[in-house]
Amino acid sequence: MNNELPATDPRVKLLAAKIKKENFKPDALIEILHSAQNSYGYLPMNVLGYIAKALHLPPSRIYSTVTFYHFFSLKSKGEHTCLVCTGTACYVKGAQAILNELEKKTGLKAGQVSADNKLGVQVARCIGACGLAPVVVLDDEVQAKVTADEIINKIIDKIGTK
Amino acid sequence: MNRQEFKDLVIAEREKTKNSTCKHKICICCGAGCISSGSEAVMKKLQEEIIERGLQSEVEIIPTGCMGPCNQGPLMKYLPKNSIYQKVDCSNISQIVQSQVIEKKPIEHLLLFADSRERPFSNADEDPFFSKQLKIVLKNCGQLNPERIEDYLVHEGYRALDKALFEMSPEDVIAEIKQSRMRGRGGAGYPTGLKWETVYKYVNDQKYVICNGDEGDPGAFMDRSVLEGNPHRVLEGMAIGGYAVGASKGYAYIRGEYPLAIKRFEAAIRQAKKMGLLGPNILGSNFSFDVEVRIGAGAFVCGEETALIASIEGKRGTPRPRPPFPAESGLWGKPTLINNVETFAGIAPIINNGGEWYSEIGTPKSAGTKVFALAGKINYSGLIEVPMGTSLREIVFDIGGGIQGGGEFKAAQTGGPSGGCIPAEHLDVKMDYEALVNLGSIMGSGGLIVMDQSSDMVDVARFFMEFCMDESCGKCVPCRVGTKMMHDLLQKICDNNASRIDLERLEELAVYVKEASLCGLGGSAPNPLLSTLRHFRNEYETRIGKYEEKHIDVPQTSEV
Amino acid sequence: MNTIDIKINDRSLKVLPGITILQACRENEIDILTMCHLKGLTDVGACRLCLVEIVGINKLLSACTTRVASNMVIRTDTEKIKRYQRITTELFFAERNHVCSVCVANGNCELQELGYKVGMDHIRYPFLFPECKVDTSHQYFVMDHNRCIMCTRCVRACSEVEGAFNWDVKNRGFQVRVISDFDTPWGESITCTSCGKCLQACPTGALWSKDVVQGQLEKHPEMITELVEKRKLLLT
Repeated sequence: MNNELPATDPRVKLLAAKIKKENFKPDALIEILHSAQNSYGYLPMNVLGYIAKALHLPPSRIYSTVTFYHFFSLKSKGEHTCLVCTGTACYVKGAQAILNELEKKTGLKAGQVSADNKLGVQVARCIGACGLAPVVVLDDEVQAKVTADEIINKIIDKIGTK
Repeated sequence: MNRQEFKDLVIAEREKTKNSTCKHKICICCGAGCISSGSEAVMKKLQEEIIERGLQSEVEIIPTGCMGPCNQGPLMKYLPKNSIYQKVDCSNISQIVQSQVIEKKPIEHLLLFADSRERPFSNADEDPFFSKQLKIVLKNCGQLNPERIEDYLVHEGYRALDKALFEMSPEDVIAEIKQSRMRGRGGAGYPTGLKWETVYKYVNDQKYVICNGDEGDPGAFMDRSVLEGNPHRVLEGMAIGGYAVGASKGYAYIRGEYPLAIKRFEAAIRQAKKMGLLGPNILGSNFSFDVEVRIGAGAFVCGEETALIASIEGKRGTPRPRPPFPAESGLWGKPTLINNVETFAGIAPIINNGGEWYSEIGTPKSAGTKVFALAGKINYSGLIEVPMGTSLREIVFDIGGGIQGGGEFKAAQTGGPSGGCIPAEHLDVKMDYEALVNLGSIMGSGGLIVMDQSSDMVDVARFFMEFCMDESCGKCVPCRVGTKMMHDLLQKICDNNASRIDLERLEELAVYVKEASLCGLGGSAPNPLLSTLRHFRNEYETRIGKYEEKHIDVPQTSEV
Repeated sequence: MNTIDIKINDRSLKVLPGITILQACRENEIDILTMCHLKGLTDVGACRLCLVEIVGINKLLSACTTRVASNMVIRTDTEKIKRYQRITTELFFAERNHVCSVCVANGNCELQELGYKVGMDHIRYPFLFPECKVDTSHQYFVMDHNRCIMCTRCVRACSEVEGAFNWDVKNRGFQVRVISDFDTPWGESITCTSCGKCLQACPTGALWSKDVVQGQLEKHPEMITELVEKRKLLLT
């Protein structure tokens, strides 16, 4: 359980800010999980580990709460994930066009995973990197001010043509 | 802001509205339903149209909450004439503005229910859909902009909170609520005044108020519409509740599936705080009250009060055995007043008009009005509010416009997965808490699903049992295992694969789960099953018969 | 101290106010079935075996969580209660995969005893046969989910008595399972102290020690009770 979250990831900053805003109170766990899932598209294990440490809550408590509520998803969707931020700033800067192009080229809508599980497309409501809009997170790497073509090319680099 | 300053502000806002140059007001319904039908685009087009025609100083455009007839949306209401236009889209905006605003002539074929009434009503209040309703909770929903506290001040003014804080003692407030005979609108119908008094009587340095907005019944959207359409009314009710019982902190627990309701309610809290209607020393009184929103995360069981409390405490939403009740030991072990959204929305009118006024509406056992969400095979689905005691027939036929597709009424399901079906022979039942319980159903939160002859009642029972099975928290054996067993048996019956013994097992399990479960979810999960067995037993028998035809040597009774 | 009068099964009793109906029964040697109750741990009212009828209350209530009140009239032995206890027991057996013949707890198991007490000679419900794992990753202990009845005594013992919070419950409904940390193998737990309290708390053969074989398990749940009692010494 030692994969630390990279401090440079804007999503980590957002999460830290949210936890601080809630005064590190354990009873704000559900609010914090909502916030984390909004940024990451789901709840990765290292994010849960981070939250457990920050709130001084045992891992079993976090896990038990996450799996109780339908909203929360532990599963990353796809070997490679392409997360398009659809927060207001990104939306204004063309996030929808990126999503449309992705759908055209891969056949995947937001929330879907390719049949061979190689690629999953997700949306997040805001990952907090608004100055870099539009933002796409490709396998945990934040791609700033991207165009649809750039993203498609990067995906092809990673997976091969589909 | 102190009391006098606030009173002056309300007067000023009302003067502003009275003296407005805008002789015409156009309300666009922006409840979540109409928004998904495209009302935001309609509003944008309307704004453009008004600007193009240079009418900005004459026409005020107001985005409002739910107007009621949801499946006719997007809806647009023209005031002062109260003409409602249905299924408005960008192509007929220009025509409507020209005719209604400029020429002062309504366009009949675009008016509400023009496609089904002989002649649509240009004053919608005269249409039977509205004329048979009595709006108390929903009053002003569909008239004011829920994102502007100023609108609320003009229409309602937070007068009830002011009256409670400065003209009444907590005991007076409780007495008024008791006199109103109001009962909790979340489904159980517990006397509200009695609940408030119970919390009040417990002595503790910290008490809480919780507003239950975890409307989880599939097919229910009353609370959502009130939270989206008139959030300040709910906030005012919570504050009055806090004053009455001695609580200084309130939580509004809203389902995660209602982002618009969450957004509007959080905005309402911010606005109220800014004006000194929430926070320390409200309007200069000794009463301090703060409210926070807590978001649900997809668990029907969190509508149960002790599970909801566990959720606010950041834990799994598993219920706790009662007693002790939340009034004695609730959130973090403190005395907690927990009421439904619709209950809190009814408080301000009671304080303003008096408990006696409220108690004279409705039936001897159930006072006031009830908001219903009409859905299913009904012509006019949407949100309505009627006095308790209105018959099911009036609701389905006079208000709801009868069965969609011209079929025959078969049953109305009330109370969602905790409720039951009312068959045609009981269409004249006067809807109140006791009457529905006597028929094997419950009032529930207000979801009312109308079914015609195409509905398979065994499958309806199976559908609701599947829901309860999925939503069971898993803590107690009867619900956790019982709902699974009952569901599997119901599936067997649906597949014509069940013997008479299976049906006996099912009935026995149903009573066991109902009586042995820890909380209301398990306790009422068997209701749809028991209700359909009571009123539509033949459908079960037919299926057993089909199995028995193929398996002649099966014993007819069970042996234990 | 002041006592109050209550009646249980036609017996008039004088009890201290504020105790639970279960405590009142145990103090007066009145038989009452329990499973999720373990003296010293917080009662949760989950198994529904200790349901009682109280005159004036139209619901069955769990004796372990309901406090006595003056002049309460209680019945623990009605036909309905017995019928329901039998159904609960059958549901326990049908829910998971309980095979006594190969189990370490055979002959020394609270679930088996429950079966005998309610006179269960057959089970009327279809077995669910869920897929359940056996976790042998821990150096000393084993967790066999096939034998778990979700009483959560292990969870409570771990959190309330040891304070390690290794165990908790995941999912909902009949998908619930006891988990360690992030649903990771018990042997990889970063919270478990290997104290073995959960083994003593477990009523069945779900939690057991690797040095034990079939039918040789010995459990001492009263050890948990003792530990909690001894804590009170620290308050004096």
